[in-house]
Amino acid sequence: MSIRLDGVGAAHPGGDPVLHGIDLHIRSGERLAIIGPSGAGKTSLLRVMGSSLPARSGTLQILSEEPGRLSARALKGLRSRIGMIHQSPPLPARQRVVTAVTAGRLGQWSTLRALASLCYPLDVPGVSAVLRPLDLGDKLFQRCDQLSGGQLQRVGIARALYQRAEVILADEPVSAMDPNLADHTLGLLNRLAAERGTTLIASLHAVDLALRHFPRVIGLRDGSVMFDCAAADVTEADLQALYANASLDSTLERQAASCTVPGFSPASAARSVAPRCL
Amino acid sequence: MSLDDSAEAGRRDPAALPRVLLTVLALMLLWPGLVISEFDPAALFEARNLSTIGAFLRGFWPPEVSREFLSLLWVAILQTLAMATAGLALALVAAIPLSLVATHSLSVSRLTGGRPGWPGRILRYPARLLMIILRSVPELVWALLVVRAVGLGPTAGVLAIAITYSGMLGKVYAEIYESVDQRPAQALLQAGGSRLSAFFYGVLPNAAQELTSYTLYRWECAVRASVVMGFVGAGGLGQMIDLSIRMFAGGEVATILATFLVLVLFADQLSSLLRRRLA
Repeated sequence: MSIRLDGVGAAHPGGDPVLHGIDLHIRSGERLAIIGPSGAGKTSLLRVMGSSLPARSGTLQILSEEPGRLSARALKGLRSRIGMIHQSPPLPARQRVVTAVTAGRLGQWSTLRALASLCYPLDVPGVSAVLRPLDLGDKLFQRCDQLSGGQLQRVGIARALYQRAEVILADEPVSAMDPNLADHTLGLLNRLAAERGTTLIASLHAVDLALRHFPRVIGLRDGSVMFDCAAADVTEADLQALYANASLDSTLERQAASCTVPGFSPASAARSVAPRCL
Repeated sequence: MSLDDSAEAGRRDPAALPRVLLTVLALMLLWPGLVISEFDPAALFEARNLSTIGAFLRGFWPPEVSREFLSLLWVAILQTLAMATAGLALALVAAIPLSLVATHSLSVSRLTGGRPGWPGRILRYPARLLMIILRSVPELVWALLVVRAVGLGPTAGVLAIAITYSGMLGKVYAEIYESVDQRPAQALLQAGGSRLSAFFYGVLPNAAQELTSYTLYRWECAVRASVVMGFVGAGGLGQMIDLSIRMFAGGEVATILATFLVLVLFADQLSSLLRRRLA
């Protein structure tokens, strides 16, 4: 078992609760997509699984450890086995791509080795081997502020791959890429995860991408799991219910009533709210 | 019910009142300062004072440019620069570790969003206190104290600069680390990296420009401070200008003042050059 949540609830420090009673069992090597409307708690769920947001209730096991009970040193060791991919990768603007990717191994390297690698990159072949399939092979020595948003996201992905993490948690990993590139990149990420037996958990706004690339999909809404099933078993009704937005719908309905656009029904309004939904 | 109605339209900016109160408070604190310090700009323009200043300033022209004086000046410049540079270098040796201990930006316990843990606080407060002690005494006073221990000469000046500036640099460095984007370092700590490697890979790239510029500014200040300490016997330009003023050698004073200007100009140019390189 790679990650196991039993009745986990969580809240931002000093804020309202964001997750309620989440039960989730993820076998190691499983690939899973989290979908749901904005503010549903997708990022919070990933942060709980990455041990950066503590669980307020319930039990949480990551790689058969309970992060809440670990010593600081053991927690550091556990964290080095978890790779995070951020929506906007936290990379210093002046840093070169090779350094940004190398930083993935900091959890495994001694500080001395990390400093040496800062003076002269110690593992150029390893880094470029990760960058090449992501179509960034020629960007090795470019600075991060010379890259586009989509390229930066791929540098973030390269860092997590270079980390050789056992679990990769990806928060909207392809949101800044064009549809083709997003499709290709997600495909690549899934293929590499499958080859290495890495557990891959990604939150996605693009429902079609989630259903196409991930064997298992969970729908999250208002901090609770609405459905958790194989991608093939997700129905149109599930998605409608997941993305239904009461206040937006009523606004659209009223507009529809006042404009009387032919063929405009509340049902299609709900559809248009769900981004790229089938 | 439109979106605008449901939002709290018409509510006043909650920050307005505190801002007004703070402005009033600042004015109330500044006014007594001017009164208590007996600040009187009119004294500058009294006829007697004006003629004294005028006579003094007339002596400044022409500046002294004899070969003999310039060679003395050159030695004094080198002494002053050496004192400032050595003092600053020594200060860095203490300031960098202190700033790393004192800063909140490398706190692992902050990762989970909570307050810093107790081991961090136990270490951080003494570091901050030590830096406060170091910089609370002006370098001139440190110099007068150190002179008792090591005797007259540049050593006292170097040590005095090192002591005061390690406190200043450490404090400001720690704050610069906290003012840059925290996410890179947090992400590296999150992935199990050590604090020091998170600093070098996550904080330094963003902070380098600010750190360089502040350090160079402090070097400029150290040059001025070492001039002041020349008055208490530390040598260099300070001792020289002290002698020239006492001997009413206005031309020499003018040359030395021009030298200060050139030194500060040089530091400024160097700073903007490095900032451009690090941008």
